[in-house]
Amino acid sequence: MTHTEPLLRLEGIHKAFSGVPALINASLTVSAGEIHALIGQNGAGKSTLIKVLTGAYRKDSGVIRFGGQEVDFATPQAAQVGGISTIYQEVNLIPYLSLSENIFLGRERRRGPFLDWGRMNREARTLLERFEVQADVTRPLMGCSVAVQQMVAIARAVSIDSRLVIMDEPTSSLDDREVDTLFGVIRQLGASGVAVLFVSHRLDELYAVCSGVTIMRDGRTVERRAMTDISKLELVASMLGKEPGELRREGETAFVKNHNRKGEELLEVRGVRSGPALRNASLDVRKGEIVGLAGLLGSGRTETARVVFGADALAGGEIKIAGQPAQLRSPADAIRAGFGFCSEDRKVEGIVPDQSVRENLTLALLPELSRRGVVDQAKQNEIVERFIDRLGIKTTGPDQKIRELSGGNQQKVLLARWLCMNPKLLILDEPTRGIDVGAKGEIQALLSELAAGGLGVLMISSELEELAEGCDRVVVMRDGFSVAELTGDGLTQDHLMGVMAHGAAQAAPASAAPAAPPGGTHV
Amino acid sequence: MSEGTTTPPLRPPAPAPAQPGPRRGHIPLFGPLLALLALLLFNIFFTPNFLTAQTLNVNLTQVATTVIVGVGMTLVIATAGIDLSVGALMAIAGALAPMLFLNPPLGSPGLGVALAFVLPVLAAGAFGLFNGMLVTRFMIQPFIATLVLFIAGRGIAQVLTNGQLQTFSNKSFQVIGLGRPFGIPVQVILMLVVVALFTWVMARTVFGRQILAVGGNERAARLSGVPVNRVKLAVYGISGLLSGIAGLIVISINSSSDANQVGLNMELDAIAAVAVGGTALTGGRATIVGTLLGALIIQLIRYSLLARGVPDAAALVVKAGIILLAVYVQRQRR
Ligand SMILES: Nc1ncnc2c1ncn2[C@@H]1O[C@H](COP(=O)(O)OP(=O)(O)OP(=O)(O)O)[C@@H](O)[C@H]1O
Ligand SMILES: [Mg+2]
Repeated sequence: MTHTEPLLRLEGIHKAFSGVPALINASLTVSAGEIHALIGQNGAGKSTLIKVLTGAYRKDSGVIRFGGQEVDFATPQAAQVGGISTIYQEVNLIPYLSLSENIFLGRERRRGPFLDWGRMNREARTLLERFEVQADVTRPLMGCSVAVQQMVAIARAVSIDSRLVIMDEPTSSLDDREVDTLFGVIRQLGASGVAVLFVSHRLDELYAVCSGVTIMRDGRTVERRAMTDISKLELVASMLGKEPGELRREGETAFVKNHNRKGEELLEVRGVRSGPALRNASLDVRKGEIVGLAGLLGSGRTETARVVFGADALAGGEIKIAGQPAQLRSPADAIRAGFGFCSEDRKVEGIVPDQSVRENLTLALLPELSRRGVVDQAKQNEIVERFIDRLGIKTTGPDQKIRELSGGNQQKVLLARWLCMNPKLLILDEPTRGIDVGAKGEIQALLSELAAGGLGVLMISSELEELAEGCDRVVVMRDGFSVAELTGDGLTQDHLMGVMAHGAAQAAPASAAPAAPPGGTHV
Repeated sequence: MSEGTTTPPLRPPAPAPAQPGPRRGHIPLFGPLLALLALLLFNIFFTPNFLTAQTLNVNLTQVATTVIVGVGMTLVIATAGIDLSVGALMAIAGALAPMLFLNPPLGSPGLGVALAFVLPVLAAGAFGLFNGMLVTRFMIQPFIATLVLFIAGRGIAQVLTNGQLQTFSNKSFQVIGLGRPFGIPVQVILMLVVVALFTWVMARTVFGRQILAVGGNERAARLSGVPVNRVKLAVYGISGLLSGIAGLIVISINSSSDANQVGLNMELDAIAAVAVGGTALTGGRATIVGTLLGALIIQLIRYSLLARGVPDAAALVVKAGIILLAVYVQRQRR
C-alpha cells in the first residue's frame, strides 16, 4: 500500500474565509524525492493550500494523506514534528536573535542542561556556507538584508530532518547566483529522497529544478503535469485561464523602452555615503527615464535608495533635486519633493496589517485627500476603486484588511500607494517581487507608460532581465560603490552579470563610470 | 518521476467570485455589547430599584471620569504606547484648581473660576507633552517614560499644596461635578461629548488614520511620510488634557482635593476599560465606543457586586477575573 502511494496527497480541500471561498476542491500530489512546483496567479490559493496542509489554517473539508496515513496537523509545529518543514511566504524569523539562534530556535543543541553555543554556531556556519552566505552567525538577524534573511529561513527549514520541504516563494528576493546556489541544495535534497514543494512566479526557474507542476486558478487545482511536457506559454495560459494563442508573444518583459532621454534633470546623487554599506555612490535620473540599480547582495543598492528618500541619514556627499541642492531629513521631506519609495520588505516596512486596503493604499496620500484634517471619503473611495481596478488587486473590497490579501496582492496595494501620489520620481526596491507573470507585465507596461509621461523611475531589481529590458540605463553597485553605468548596446544581461561580479574593468562597452572605483578616494 | 499524463481540469474555470457586500473593517463591538446587555438584564431582574434615574445617575457619574481618561488612553494605546501617569496628572490638576479659585488673581472670583477650569487642564496637557517628548525625542519605552510622572506626579501635586488637604465649597466651579442640566450630570455630558468627538476623530480625520498607522507599523508609517513623532506627542498631550478634566471632576464631586487620593489607580481602570472594550494593547487597532462599553461593563460589575453586599475586596478579585475573561474572549476571536 505505502509503496504505491505518493508521499503527499491532498484531495477535495475546501477552505473559506468568512464565507469567501479561497480553496474549492483543491488537490495536490507529491511523490517522495520529487521536486514539485505549485503555481498560480496572485490570490489563486497557493499559500492557503500550504497553510491548510501544515495546520496554520483549519480546512473546512477534504483529506490529507502524508507518508501513507491520513493526517490533520493542528499547528505548524505538529507538521514539523510530522516531517514537513515549511518556509512561509512572509519570512518568519525573530529579528533580535542571532542568525544561529534563529536557525536552531525550538531545537537548540544542548550539552547537559546548558546550551551548546559553540556547536550551534559551528553548525550554523557550515549550513550557511552550503548556501554561500558569508555572515557572522552571532549577529542579530535585524541588520541583515532580506536576501540573507530568506537564506537563513531556507537553511533553517533544510536543516530540520524532514521528508517534505515546502518553500513558498523562496527566491523572490534572491538574485540569479543565489538562486543557483539554492537549486544546488534543492537537488541534493531530492537526491537524498526528500520531496520539495516549490512556489514561484519566476517560471524559468521551475524548468531548472522541478519535475512536476500543479497549476491552481481561483482556488481550484486545474492541472497537474510533468515539467518536461508543458511549455512556458502553456503554463501561463493555464494559470490565467486563457488559450495559449491569446497570449502575446513578445520580449520576456512588457517594458517598452522609450529613448527620449533628454528630459530635464530630476535627481543628481554625487558621492553619497551612509554607514558601512554605502561608501560612495553617484547617479542621475532624468524626467521620463527608468534607471536601474544593480548589484549583488550587500552591494549598497537598498542603502542608496534609502538615503535618496531621506530614510537614512547622509554621512557625506550631495543630493540635488531639479538642480537645487536638497536636504532630505525624513521621508516626509522626500515625499514633499515629489518622491515615492516602495521598499523591499513589505511586511516590516510596507503594510499596516490590521488596516484596510483603503487605508493602506492612501496612507501617503491622506494629507492631500483632506480638507482641514478631515478625510474626503468620496475622493478617497474613488481613488481606491480606481487603483484596485487598474492593478487588478484581488480583494473582497476596499474594507478588507490588507493582511488577508495574498502576498502578491499586498505588493500591488503598496505600489498603488505610491502611484496614486502622481510622483515625479518613483524609487522601487524589487517592485515586482511576488507578483504573478500576468500582473508583472501589466505593471511593467504601466511603468513604461508613466515614464513616457515624464515620471522618473529608479528601480532596484535582482532580476537582470527586468533591468536589461526595462531600463534606459543601469548603474551597477559593488561593495558600496557605484562602479559602472551601462546604457544602449552595453546594457545586456551578460554584461550586467559581469560587472556586478567583477567590477567595471571587465565591462568593455560600458559607458563612462561616474563614480570612484572600489578602493577609491575618501571613505 | 511524476507521471506525464494530463489531468483534465477538475471543473470548468469559473470567474473569480465577485464579492460586493461591504465588510466593515471596524472592530466588532458585538462581544462587549452582549456582555453589557447581559449585565443590564441581570440587574434589572435581580437588583432592586435598578431601573431608576437615581441608580442610572450614580453609575454614570461614577464611570464618567474613567471613560474620559480611557479615551485618551485608547489613543495612546492605539500608537502601541501606554500612559501610566494619568492618575498622577489628575492629582496635579486637582491640586492646582483650588489654588486658583480660593485665591483668585486680581481679587476677581469669576476670573479665578475661569482660570481654574483652564490652567490645570493645560498644565496636565503640558505634562502629557513631556511624556510624549520622552517617548519621541529620547526614545524611552512608553511604560518607563510615563512611569516617571506616575511616581513624581503625585509628589508634584503634594509640593503644590504643601501636602495639605484643600477643602472648599464653590458653586460655580463645582458645576463640573455637581451640575445637573435637564437632570443629566454635567460630567456625563462631558463624557458623551468626548466619546463622540474622538469617535469622529478616529473615523474621519487624517490624525486618526495616522494614529492607527503608527501603532500598526511604525516603520511603514514613517516611510509613507506620516509625522510619527508629532502624532505620538499629540496623543500623550491629549491623554494629559483629558486627565486634567477628569481631575477637576473628581475634586468638585468631593468638595476637596487630596493629592494622595485624586485619580488613585485610575491608570489601571482606564487600561482595563480599553482592554475590555476590544482595543488591542499591541497598537494599530482602536475603538473609542468600545472603551465606553468596557468602562460601563466594569462599572456595572462593581455595582452589582456591591449591591449584593459583596465586600469591596472580594469585588476587586471578581472584577479582575472578569477583565481576564473579557480579554481572553477578545483574543480568541482573532
Ligand atoms: N486570513 C485570510 N482571511 C481572508 N482571506 C484570506 C486569508 N488568507 C488568504 N485569503 C484569501 O484567499 C485567497 C488566496 O490567497 P493565497 O495567499 O493563498 O494566494 P496565493 O496563491 O498564495 O497568492 P500570491 O501569489 O499572491 O502569494 C486570496 O483571495 C486571499 O485574499
Ligand atoms: Mg502566496
